[in-house]
Amino acid sequence: MKERYDVVVIGAGPGGLAAAISAKKEGAESVLIIDRDKEPGGILNQCIHNGFGVEIFKEDLPGPAYAERFINEAESVGVEFLLDSMVLDITPSKKVYVTSKWFGFKEIEATSIILAMGARERTRAQIRIPGFRPVGVYTAGTAQRFVNIEGFMPGKRFVILGSGDIGMIMARRLTLEGAKVERVLEIMPHLTGLTRNYVQCLQDFNIPLQLSHTVNRILGKNRVEAIESVQVDEHFNPIKGTEEIIPADTLLLSVGLIPENELSKKVGVKIDPLIQGPFVDEEMQTSVPGIFAAGNVVHIFDLVDWVTDAGITAGKGAARYVKVVKEKGDFVKLVPGNNIHHIVPQYIKRDALINGPVKLMMRVVKPIEEKVWVEVSDGQNLITRKLERYVRPAEMVTLTIPQKAYDDVRKTKELIVSVERFGG
Amino acid sequence: METRKFTCLGCPVGCSLTVYIENGEVEKVEGNQCNIGIDFAKQEVKDPRRKVATTVKIKNGVHPLLPVYTDAPFPKNLIFKLMDELRKIEVDAPVKMDDIILENALGTGVNIRASRSIRKNE
Repeated sequence: MKERYDVVVIGAGPGGLAAAISAKKEGAESVLIIDRDKEPGGILNQCIHNGFGVEIFKEDLPGPAYAERFINEAESVGVEFLLDSMVLDITPSKKVYVTSKWFGFKEIEATSIILAMGARERTRAQIRIPGFRPVGVYTAGTAQRFVNIEGFMPGKRFVILGSGDIGMIMARRLTLEGAKVERVLEIMPHLTGLTRNYVQCLQDFNIPLQLSHTVNRILGKNRVEAIESVQVDEHFNPIKGTEEIIPADTLLLSVGLIPENELSKKVGVKIDPLIQGPFVDEEMQTSVPGIFAAGNVVHIFDLVDWVTDAGITAGKGAARYVKVVKEKGDFVKLVPGNNIHHIVPQYIKRDALINGPVKLMMRVVKPIEEKVWVEVSDGQNLITRKLERYVRPAEMVTLTIPQKAYDDVRKTKELIVSVERFGG
Repeated sequence: METRKFTCLGCPVGCSLTVYIENGEVEKVEGNQCNIGIDFAKQEVKDPRRKVATTVKIKNGVHPLLPVYTDAPFPKNLIFKLMDELRKIEVDAPVKMDDIILENALGTGVNIRASRSIRKNE
């Protein structure tokens, strides 16, 4: 593994895989995908049902097969993988801090980063079901992992809250494995998943669905013993007298997904409160230049095929960004102006000020034994200046460009530093 | 003429089909956006079939289970029988994606294939 990559992708699910492949194909020389799981593929590995790939491949594939096609393609175009590793933090200057039991701690430099962390399920806490916390309450996705990958059943008699696709697909899956699914409850007056899943997952197996119903109470102190359901009115308030006790040992929650944006928030990516995902442009670039986002980390998609499409767009964007940085240099040049001999650093990154103020060190050509301004301008407009009581070639002059000059610096090709007469 | 309503399961669009049936034969299909809908309706009337995805046990693999799928729609009334059959199977790692795990399942002509590759646990 190298210390620097053109593009680092965080997350090896369908969004991340598509983004990495597309970045590589579009000319990024080195692309690394980091994932916390032991193998790439993301959530597709546990989505063993078919229905994937109808748009992209014109074939109806199971989730793991859809993932494997992209994993194979990524490997064949030369994308590198860093698995079983957790990204702790990223910086606006594209440093990636990653940890794993295999190597401890590592710092990787990237020119562009693609966020592809996906989403996670809403849990019991987020829908505020009161009462004891007995064993036997799981999110549908957790149960899916148990049943499809780990190989054990979380219960025998189930109630499922939420008629989203994951909930309905799990109702069928558990039934096939010999469990009894007593009921699917949906608080909305309509189905929230696809109709086809209602047909092939619930109707086919005679699993009853109750709309405008929710969980009122979980019974059982150590283990779930029953679920009390209740009908709700149009304002989602429980209707007294409609309570029903449904004997069950397990409750599955399929109550929505939330984009996983802890890393995005820490690096300063602006988040749209409407979707809980980053604001992006048509290339899927976030508010931090060079940081892109792909897949469910932006908003929740219906189909994995569309996640792949969005990933391809983000990968193209990242590759284009890398090209611009490499060819034109995404730097601002510091140019010595009037009475300045040289300046260090000679260049600063265009978005350097995102990390804090930048200090310049310089020497003058000839001494001036009176008050002078040391000025930084973009050639037209003054950006910042500092008063010196005198300047002498033997004495280094320092000047700090404040962080508030971020926008001015982003816009210019060069910054000119010069010594000007006080009052001039 | 008998009419039945189906949701087409041919693709994620899930068209609402109205199917007109005369003497057990489909006369007309309405509501479909493509030909998959017509084929689905005909099949659904005479012999409903579904794709089945499940798991079988795998020995010496990086996971204890191998996901598998039917490579063509499978008779709906035999699905639980198929599950019983697949519970008896245990394969050995490594397995390659699309390997046949059970050929001609229950004499239907449908093969059960691996949904993914699974490496041997070294």
